[in-house]
Amino acid sequence: MDAQGPPTRSWSIETRTKASRGFFIAVAFLVALGFLAPLFLARSTVQDLFFILTMLVLAQCWNLLAGYAGLVSVGQQVFVGFGAYAMFACVSLLGLDPISAIFLGGLGAALLSLPTGFFIFRLQGAYFAIGTWVVAEVVRLLLAQWRALGGGTGTSLPNSATRDMWATQFVSELFDMRPAQAMDVLTYWLALVVACLTTGFIYWLLRTRRGLGLAALRDNQEAARAVGVDAARLKWAVYICVSFVTGVCGALIYVQKARISPDAAFSVVDWTAYVIFIVVIGGIGTLEGPIVGVIVFFLLQNALAEYGSWYLLLLGAMGIIIMLFAPRGLWGLFTDRTGIQFFPVRRMLVRRDGHHSKVQGGPNG
Amino acid sequence: MPILELRNVSKTFGALKVTQDVSFSLAAGEALGIIGPNGAGKSTLFNLITGNVAADAGTILFDDRDVTKAPPMQRCMAGVGRTFQIPQPFAKLTVFENLLVAAGFGAAQTERDATDRCAEILEDTGLVKRANAPASTLSLLQRKRLELARALATDPKVLLLDEIAGGLTEGECEALVETIRAVHARGVSIVWIEHVLHALNSVVQRLLVLDFGKVIGIGAPEEIMGSTEVREIYLGIKV
Repeated sequence: MDAQGPPTRSWSIETRTKASRGFFIAVAFLVALGFLAPLFLARSTVQDLFFILTMLVLAQCWNLLAGYAGLVSVGQQVFVGFGAYAMFACVSLLGLDPISAIFLGGLGAALLSLPTGFFIFRLQGAYFAIGTWVVAEVVRLLLAQWRALGGGTGTSLPNSATRDMWATQFVSELFDMRPAQAMDVLTYWLALVVACLTTGFIYWLLRTRRGLGLAALRDNQEAARAVGVDAARLKWAVYICVSFVTGVCGALIYVQKARISPDAAFSVVDWTAYVIFIVVIGGIGTLEGPIVGVIVFFLLQNALAEYGSWYLLLLGAMGIIIMLFAPRGLWGLFTDRTGIQFFPVRRMLVRRDGHHSKVQGGPNG
Repeated sequence: MPILELRNVSKTFGALKVTQDVSFSLAAGEALGIIGPNGAGKSTLFNLITGNVAADAGTILFDDRDVTKAPPMQRCMAGVGRTFQIPQPFAKLTVFENLLVAAGFGAAQTERDATDRCAEILEDTGLVKRANAPASTLSLLQRKRLELARALATDPKVLLLDEIAGGLTEGECEALVETIRAVHARGVSIVWIEHVLHALNSVVQRLLVLDFGKVIGIGAPEEIMGSTEVREIYLGIKV
């Protein structure tokens, strides 16, 4: 052998963990089960699952935005509302099918993110947060002027549009359901697909070079810039992607609701405050956090539903307690104790001979 | 040919003239030490070179290119590597991942290509045993080593070291100086701010003295250390 030959690689990177391997099999099983769920679950349960899945999508988006890119927005309702209104416009005014209009709703939200980003990226920290809220209010007030879509009181999707929606007929005949129920099943399936794609996309992103750059940005902006991370470009890319997915999710939610009004579609409580609560109690800056958070949120909402405004007070109190005693959320608490992570993004340095450097401390890529 | 050149660079923070008309040049492959009392504007000078602070006046040339207005990211890509005086690790990432960010962005390498080089840097800087530990779990000394290792991973042409030896024991300091010497021997130019003079003088060819933001002397270490003005400035602060 020539001593001057190419150097052999003596180190490699490993990201999988034992827990993650088992977890991915469990997820595949759960997703398959999720697709079959409408066959044996009551209609109201399917609607609950739809709610959980759409909140999960919004939570994963906000987590990527605030937890990784450091863009703490309190105005995400603008993309939910705009996506929903764009969908309504496509269906009511242009006569498009609601399913294809959902995609256009996302596209509309992504387009809207260009001018809003141009404005809010000039602001930092708390001013950024307030700026996002102001933008959302402005867009809400503008859309409330749109007479063709019901102005300030809102409007409903035409009956024919939802009844003749793509594949509704097919589902309704296949499972012997009424069209309204078939539409619930269809939107639920779409929500499941969007939730899986969103989580999968973010997981993929975090394992790429850009994802590592985002994690560096989250930990220390100045140092990230000093080692060559293009902070501005990464933030823009995340902002536009998140706007698109949030818009798709908003459109999907309002296809299911079939009725829209500016106050509901641009509700800061429903589409941002709850979402922030979910991410914060679950664990910001992790992929597992929003999943844990949305389940806890749903259980709380059901358990406290009959207590009226006490429900919101309790929710707030719980948020404060978790922020004080477990600032990295329930998942952070769990992973610190056990070292388990289901979506491993840690890049472990291992010698080619298999010798492992021992890991110390909680894994939290 | 100089790799780095500052021409009449000035910076004021409010009423404080923290950098006044500073000019010097660094030859490719040279090691330059910067000394001066606390508050003399040494770290600001680094921030001006890396672009973390924008210059009010003057020109900064790197590798014959005017980088006065370039953002930090571009200067890093061009070959300016730095360590921070107060270590700034990516706390939730592991030591190895800290280097991987630097190699991936600063040196534009793929993770696969960067792996061996990052491991080698970790071995050189004595951090390989902690490679997979979160940076938040490191001791202060290890954090200083991580600063150096991360800067090296960006594959710099000029390495700016900001008080990297401060707070180290004699033995640790010697090991660090050996590492820096090895880096210098590979052709990397070095600008090093340091109060630990014997460490500094065992590496650098020239010393620059900064006081109240002004260059008050630049030359060979023995010449600078022999000057009365420098002795006066230094005697009050350092033994």
